[in-house]
Amino acid sequence: MDIQELKETAKTLRQDVIRMVTEAGSGHPGGSLSSADIVTALFFHTMNHRPDDPKWPERDRFILSKGHCAPVLYSALARSGYFPVDDLINLRKIDCHLQGHPDMHKTRGVEISSGSLGQGLSVSVGMALSMRLDKLPGQIFTLMGDGESQEGEVWEAAMAGAHYKTGNLTAIVDANGLQIDGFTKDVMNVEPLAAKYEAFGWTVRSIDGHDMQQIVDALDWSRAVEGPAAIIAKTVKGKGVSFMEDQAGWHGRAPSAEEAEQALAELKN
Amino acid sequence: MATELKPRATREAYGEALLELGKRHENVVALDADLAGSTKSGQFGKAFPERFFNVGVAEANMMGMAAGFAISGKISYASTFAVFATGRAFDQVRQSIAQPRLPVRVCASHGGLTVGEDGCTHQSVEDIGLMRLLPNMRVVVPADFNQTYAAVLESYEIEGPMYIRTGRPKTPFLYDVPPKSLGRGADVLREGTDISLFACGIMVVRALEAAEVLKKRDISAEVVNVSIIKPIDVDAVAASLGKTGCAVTAEEHSIIGGLGDAVQEVAAECCPVRIGRLGIKDVFGKSGTPDQLLEDFHLTTEHLVSLAELVLASRS
Repeated sequence: MDIQELKETAKTLRQDVIRMVTEAGSGHPGGSLSSADIVTALFFHTMNHRPDDPKWPERDRFILSKGHCAPVLYSALARSGYFPVDDLINLRKIDCHLQGHPDMHKTRGVEISSGSLGQGLSVSVGMALSMRLDKLPGQIFTLMGDGESQEGEVWEAAMAGAHYKTGNLTAIVDANGLQIDGFTKDVMNVEPLAAKYEAFGWTVRSIDGHDMQQIVDALDWSRAVEGPAAIIAKTVKGKGVSFMEDQAGWHGRAPSAEEAEQALAELKN
Repeated sequence: MATELKPRATREAYGEALLELGKRHENVVALDADLAGSTKSGQFGKAFPERFFNVGVAEANMMGMAAGFAISGKISYASTFAVFATGRAFDQVRQSIAQPRLPVRVCASHGGLTVGEDGCTHQSVEDIGLMRLLPNMRVVVPADFNQTYAAVLESYEIEGPMYIRTGRPKTPFLYDVPPKSLGRGADVLREGTDISLFACGIMVVRALEAAEVLKKRDISAEVVNVSIIKPIDVDAVAASLGKTGCAVTAEEHSIIGGLGDAVQEVAAECCPVRIGRLGIKDVFGKSGTPDQLLEDFHLTTEHLVSLAELVLASRS
């Protein structure tokens, strides 16, 4: 896909998120919208993957450590062909394979179960080392939140990734600056994230997480980095929906029918 | 009892069996959190440095990494002290290992009070209960060196996650050679008709000694080594309870949540009978030598005999 097509696809993912969360009556639109451009770039540009063969050993892996952003992951999986797009509307419903947080045994294409924050990078380090032992070519792309980075385990994993020189691992921080209780800088300041990763021995690039060209370039760049690479992507929570942007309140609540209508109208432009 | 063999610690059996697994299977990886000398995983590390990962003092990350290996087709063995493996990293074991049903073996050494002088921060008296609570988790507490060796070798073939608890001190041998398999996990070591003594880990030896004392008092005690606490061998436990009509359980663990509760659950659902539980009575441990602690917390042959007599008396 070229950059323009990627931008259009990101809009589709955002619309899916709004429809899914509205229909479910619960879920996490804010972080799904802030990471939509990154997820789009990964699934439709960067990653070597085979939706018709999800366990293809040579595939790249996407690890959603911030598991509450499941809606945007499910949309990307469906739109790339892992399961029917029609399934999306049943998010969070009993007997639907699309759980509130990702379950690797229920949803085709989900690499790991996640939702308890801070664990994805540890699992990714283990996975990266395992793939190295097996001489598999894939790159692991792990998406985390900046609020999530308050978990100590993230830094245990950052230490291990550098110590074991996991060159096949890219950590991406969707740094939208907000968490449930408010601005990250007020709740518990985790910045400077780039300097922290550098201090831990990672090679770091900071980007605008809504600039598709920058995202694509950074993801391609990270593959070539010798040790572990971190991309700090500055984003806006609720991106694309005016009344959700930069509002902590939209971390984990569903829009009403009217709000959804307005959001969808804005996302079509 | 295989008394001619010199006592050896169950954690040593873990180290040797892990090394053997490493030789047999290329997809076995081991992790440790700066305790490789104590847990005995270091032997594997020396033989297979490329498949051994010391993560430093970071148990939560170790469990996550172990899950990452397991997702990728490895059988991973993650070892540290029982108190840290289950308490410190409970959420990681729950979310990244048990829920996804991954073949991670959480190998916990230094279980129970017999860590000794280090005191309560290092004494694990809740671990069996914590692990038993987790869906998909298999909980194994072998009774001696040979049974531990067998359990670790067998663990390679088991689907899903597993918790294996070993101990620090040298303990007597119960089995002359490693059994081929732990079977369903409840092994009748001595037949009896008056009372069942269900025990696990280091308490099995004491249960056998107690049965010997009780015999001299004309009480016929059946001794059952319950090495798999979960899933507990319901048939064997119920059969013994049905035969004797009362029981005592014995474990180096809190009376809440461990073997005693597991046996009581079987009894409550299959054959309600009077059961006494010998264990740590809802308190934390303290410093002391292992033998002093076992005496202080009433985990001795004498206390097992007394409790058995009390249960028998209250029954009639």
